[in-house]
Amino acid sequence: MALSRDWMYENNGGTCVAIAGADYCVVAADTRLSIGYSIYTRDYSKICNLAEKCVLASSGFQGDIKALQKNLAARHLIYQHQHNKQMSCPAMAQLLSNTLYFKRFFPYYAFNVLGGLDNEGKGCVFTYDAVGSYERVGYSAQGSGSTLVMPILDNQLKTPSPLLLPARDAVTPLSEADAVDMVKDVFASATERDIYTGDKLEIVILNASGVRREFIDLRKD
Amino acid sequence: MFRNQYDTDVTTWSPAGRLFQVEYAMEAVKQGSAAIGLRSATHVVLATVNKAASELSSHQKKVFKVDDHIGVAIAGLTADGRVLSRFLRSECINHAFVYESPLPVSRLVVHLADKAQVCTQRSWKRPYGVGLLVAGLDETGAHLYYNCPSGNYFEYQAFAIGSRSQAAKTYLERRFGAFNKYPREELIKDALSAIKETLQGEKLTGAICTVAVVGVGEPFHVIDQKTIQEVIDSMEIREEAAADQGTTQEEDKSSEAAPMDI
Repeated sequence: MALSRDWMYENNGGTCVAIAGADYCVVAADTRLSIGYSIYTRDYSKICNLAEKCVLASSGFQGDIKALQKNLAARHLIYQHQHNKQMSCPAMAQLLSNTLYFKRFFPYYAFNVLGGLDNEGKGCVFTYDAVGSYERVGYSAQGSGSTLVMPILDNQLKTPSPLLLPARDAVTPLSEADAVDMVKDVFASATERDIYTGDKLEIVILNASGVRREFIDLRKD
Repeated sequence: MFRNQYDTDVTTWSPAGRLFQVEYAMEAVKQGSAAIGLRSATHVVLATVNKAASELSSHQKKVFKVDDHIGVAIAGLTADGRVLSRFLRSECINHAFVYESPLPVSRLVVHLADKAQVCTQRSWKRPYGVGLLVAGLDETGAHLYYNCPSGNYFEYQAFAIGSRSQAAKTYLERRFGAFNKYPREELIKDALSAIKETLQGEKLTGAICTVAVVGVGEPFHVIDQKTIQEVIDSMEIREEAAADQGTTQEEDKSSEAAPMDI
């Protein structure tokens, strides 16, 4: 693939997951960077702190992802100069969508999950496709292990049907500690069967008191 | 005598080899309310006088954060200053995007000076009517620059621009030799004293001035009004105590201010 003259992308693999809670948000990604059947490095962070209450995890082509993150970080700096405050997570979500669609005809090869706290302090997760289609959800997974992770999250986090009235929150009623445990379990499972997921798991937890980071070892094979 | 004949266009030289439009632009800087800057080896302090158009309105913003390591204070046409600050911010962001490192202050002032120079050599433009005191910190240390509408820039240990700035300049000229070794708090006090010189009798309060600082381990930020008021109060207590003891504390006596500019 890398030798083809007109193929401008690579897939560096990896899985990203985010879960929104009542007053917290958990964003997690593994730290393995791969190419083909090889590993580039076991220690590469796919998570970027875009704003005080907003964290982006992206899987796909890390060259495009690095450029995308830098682009968003620069735009956030401009926003701060103009508005004298940090961007909220929903605002950043719209910005990310617009930035992705801007390159509709030469897309960023990036599968993104944006997690953070909204203006009311509730957890929010936004999930994207490569060209900017996005939706606010209670939880999401993207990347090479997403097909393994998503069914488990669906089973465990039981988002109520949008047809129900009165409207129910998509955020999970789980406690922060339970959500973190679930993320660890889910990654352990994905690591078993997805060759691109493994090595280490980086978990970022956002809540009212700030941002916390944890690292958990995963299988290295 | 010939001034009026040669001052219509910025692209017209006078027989004496002067560009009057550029000089008029520098006059605009002198009309703005005062802005001063001073630096030590590790910190730079900017201070401005808050002038409001009327009692009903808010005062104009004269101090702008350009990046974590650079800030500017302006005097003159504040609208021009606002636009130039946006340019400076964008330069810093672009540099950091490409080089993953903060833009050195000396490079930034050159970009700004080149931009100002363009307006002195185009018949369809006018010079920017604002002087900027650029305060920043980079690998080579703390820096304070003054950018003119003419496109010139100079580095200073301490400087004052705007109306009644001569009083502040005289105050700073007497004391600048020691600035390099000053701790942050002393710099701020001296900045406030210099501002007091420009007020010519008006009472110095936290509401009438804006003070910002950048230094080693300290990103550029405006110090909040309450803290400034506390510093002013402590300075006044010191002044009263000295007066009571009958000793002369030269730096706090505004009656010894030098003659006014303009």
